[in-house]
Amino acid sequence: MWRDARLVAAKDLRIELRSRIALWQVLPVAVLSLFLYAFALGPGRAALAAAAPGLFWLAVLFSTVLAVQRSFAIESGEGTRDALRLSGIDPAGVFLGKVAAVALELAVLQVVVWAGMTVLFGVHVETPWLAVVASVLATVGLASAGVLYGALSAGLRVRETLLPLLVLPVLAPVLLAASRAWAGALQHGSVAAGTGWLRVLGPFAAAYLVVGILLYGPLLETG
Amino acid sequence: MDVAARLRAAVALAGRFPALSGVDLTVATGEVVAVEGSNGAGKTSLLRACAGLLAVHSGTIEVLGQDLRADPAAVRRRVGVLGHAAGLYDDLNATENVRFAVRAAGAPVHLAQAALERLGITGRLAKVDAGRLSAGQRRRVALAAVLARAPELWLLDEPHAGLDAATRRVVDAVLDEAVRGGATVVFTTHEQALATGIADRVVTLAGGRVRDVRPGGRRAKLAAVPDGGTHVA
Repeated sequence: MWRDARLVAAKDLRIELRSRIALWQVLPVAVLSLFLYAFALGPGRAALAAAAPGLFWLAVLFSTVLAVQRSFAIESGEGTRDALRLSGIDPAGVFLGKVAAVALELAVLQVVVWAGMTVLFGVHVETPWLAVVASVLATVGLASAGVLYGALSAGLRVRETLLPLLVLPVLAPVLLAASRAWAGALQHGSVAAGTGWLRVLGPFAAAYLVVGILLYGPLLETG
Repeated sequence: MDVAARLRAAVALAGRFPALSGVDLTVATGEVVAVEGSNGAGKTSLLRACAGLLAVHSGTIEVLGQDLRADPAAVRRRVGVLGHAAGLYDDLNATENVRFAVRAAGAPVHLAQAALERLGITGRLAKVDAGRLSAGQRRRVALAAVLARAPELWLLDEPHAGLDAATRRVVDAVLDEAVRGGATVVFTTHEQALATGIADRVVTLAGGRVRDVRPGGRRAKLAAVPDGGTHVA
């Protein structure tokens, strides 16, 4: 399973590096959203700083939908879905590989978006470990739930519009918990309160990883 | 007789439409079987059923000793499928596509290079993204991926379609080598002369059923070659 996961992740990341769709489309959308939030909230830095954690994770959340759609667009070429089914790769390995590739893309995106937010909104992380742990757990949760619902909608003609409808409500707990955890990691934030939200992010990520490993095979067959 | 595939009264549905409506067919190990029939006769569905990609709803289907009604995925590492669509990743080059297929099957990676060379995908062509290849070149890359996996059962949907005469001869030679190595080949075609020329048996499908089975010309041609047969013309 792990060997297959590495194989699929390497393939997906190689395709992304080659096509640069994530670089030229997903990342700019996330950065652009920062400017739009800033325009919407006005020039007051206090308001921007207070809203920063939520806006950051909102940008990541919408980027997750784009990254997952892209991950399944790779498999939508003529016959590639059948080829993947016939490849002999363990479906759980396909799931974990896709989760790893999407998670890595989201991690890079978060670094860029946070750098932009630091410049635009003037916010700084005071408790880096909390921000990092929250990011890791939230990213795994977003990627695993996103890939699972991506597989669910992959075989449908309306997949592009159906995926956000399915996945955004499911990811709402991650948005809430990650925003609160990050608020605790920022200047003047409550670390204790922020740490408490890790107890939402951890189980969410673990649950969707397990469910994905178990269900991806049937989804691949029926999609 | 060792059996590579055996179907008995096999019924498979594509949606609510019966793609196979009671197929009875036995394919012996090491045999080359050509499947012909008009459009919609069930040729592609037969191949997909044998690969475990199309569920058989009633009757029996046994491929490489596995009951595919119980576990459709049981034989997937052991069969090689060439469909109408090449099944390649457009943003990976020919070499990367074949290497991915080989690694996925757990086969040695060096087989990828040998297969590409056998199908004439060499030099700059091997480094061109699959999305920029012609239809014929994509088909050769897809066939190289099948060859590199060294499957026990080859399921080929019109493997000669869109290929020039020279490449067709290479395909025939590759299939012949595979059979000599112990593999079994089932391929579909619309070309009667081709079916008769390189197959041991020609099966005609109509309306999702086997309508006719007749001997092909492969055995006769092999017998006519003095050294016991090194090629099939």
